[in-house]
Amino acid sequence: MMILLQLFVSFLKIGLFSFGGGYAMLPLIQDEIVRLHGWVTQANFVDIIAIAQITPGPIAVNSATFVGYHVAGVPGAVIATFAVVSGPLVLAAIVVRLADRFSSSYLVQGALTGLRPALLALIAYSAISIARTSFTGVVTVLVGVGAFALLIFTRVHPLIILGATALIGGLFLGG
Amino acid sequence: MSLQVENECRTMNGLAAAAGKDHIAMNRRLSLFLRFLRLGFFTIGGGYAMVPLIEREVVDDSHWLTREDYYKTILLTQSVPGPIAVNTAFVVGRQIAGLSGGLVSASGVVLPSFAIILVIAINFASFHNVPVVEAVFRGIRTAVVALIAAAGVRLARERIELFTFVLAAAGLAAILFLNVSPFLLVLAFIAAGISRAYIRQRRSGGTSSRDTGNPADGNPADGQSEPEDGAP
Repeated sequence: MMILLQLFVSFLKIGLFSFGGGYAMLPLIQDEIVRLHGWVTQANFVDIIAIAQITPGPIAVNSATFVGYHVAGVPGAVIATFAVVSGPLVLAAIVVRLADRFSSSYLVQGALTGLRPALLALIAYSAISIARTSFTGVVTVLVGVGAFALLIFTRVHPLIILGATALIGGLFLGG
Repeated sequence: MSLQVENECRTMNGLAAAAGKDHIAMNRRLSLFLRFLRLGFFTIGGGYAMVPLIEREVVDDSHWLTREDYYKTILLTQSVPGPIAVNTAFVVGRQIAGLSGGLVSASGVVLPSFAIILVIAINFASFHNVPVVEAVFRGIRTAVVALIAAAGVRLARERIELFTFVLAAAGLAAILFLNVSPFLLVLAFIAAGISRAYIRQRRSGGTSSRDTGNPADGNPADGQSEPEDGAP
C-alpha cells in the first residue's frame, strides 16, 4: 500500500514538472526513480529510455508503466501511469477554461521564456549522465559518435539508427 | 383513431429523437476513443509528431473542430506540463464531447503504449539475462545518447540567443557540480522568468492592465485594447 502511494506521488511530481516533452524530463524521472527511490538501476533506466524509443507513447508514460510494474506489479503500473497523466490533465482543463487570458498573460509568457534555458540544461545533463552509463569502451563511444553524426548531418530515420546500433551491439558487444 | 395514431407517432418520434441524441453522443465518444486508440499506436518519436495526425482525424476527416480552434488548442496544451499527445487528446476530446469525451480520448491514446510496455515489463527480467539481449541493449544505449545529444543540438539551434546559452550552462553546472535537484532548477528558472516579465511590465509604465499581452510579441497595434472575444 505504502509503495503504491510512493509511486503515485513520484509520478504525479514527474508529470507536473515535465515541460517541453521528451528528453528534458529525463533528469526528473532519473532523480526520482534511480537516485531517490532506487527502484531501478541507472543501466535499466537507460534501457527504459531505449524501449520507450522503439515503442509508441511518451517517455514519461512509458517509464511510469515500466517502473510501476517493476516495483509493484500490475496495480503499480496502473497507479503510476494514472499519476503521471492526471496532474497535467487537471492543469490542461483549467488552462482551457482560462483560455485567451492565460496564453496572452505576460507572466505565463515570462514563465515559458524562463523555462527555455532550463530545458536546454536538462537535455545536456541527460546526454552527459546517460553517456557515462552507455560509453563503456572504445567501441561504444565510436558507435555513439557515429549515430550522433548520422542524426545531425543526414535524414536517416532514428528507428533505423536504433536498429543498427542494436545489431552492432548483438554482434560486437557480447560478453 | 387517426389522432391517436398521430399522437403515438409523435411520442415515438420524440423517443426516437431522444434515443438518437443519446446514441449520437455515445457514438461520438466511442468514435473518439477508437480514433485516439489508433493514434496511440503512432506516437513513436515524440508527441509533436502527433499534431498533424490528430489534425487530420478531428479537422479533415470528422469535421469536429475547425482548423483555427484546433491550433488554438494546441497552443494552449503546449504551455502546460505533461505528455503533449495525452494533453492534446484530452483537450480536443473535451471540446468535442465534454469531460467524458476528454477522458475517453486520453485513455484511448495512452492504452496502446500502456499495454505494450506492460507486456515488455512482464517479460523483461527473463529475457534481459540472455547474453545476446544484454549485448543488443549495450548497442542501443549508445544510440540513446546520440538521440538525446541531437535533440539538444536541435533545441540550441532554434534558440540561439547568447543569454539563453549562458543561463543553460549555469543550470547545467548547478546540476552537475552542486547536485542541485532538476526539479529545483525548473522551479528556479520559471520563477526567474516570471519575475523578469513582472519587472519589465512595471518598468514599461504599467499603464496596461494585468492581463494584456506583452506588446512586443502581441500585435503592437492594440497592445492594451478591449478583450477580443468576438461576442456579437
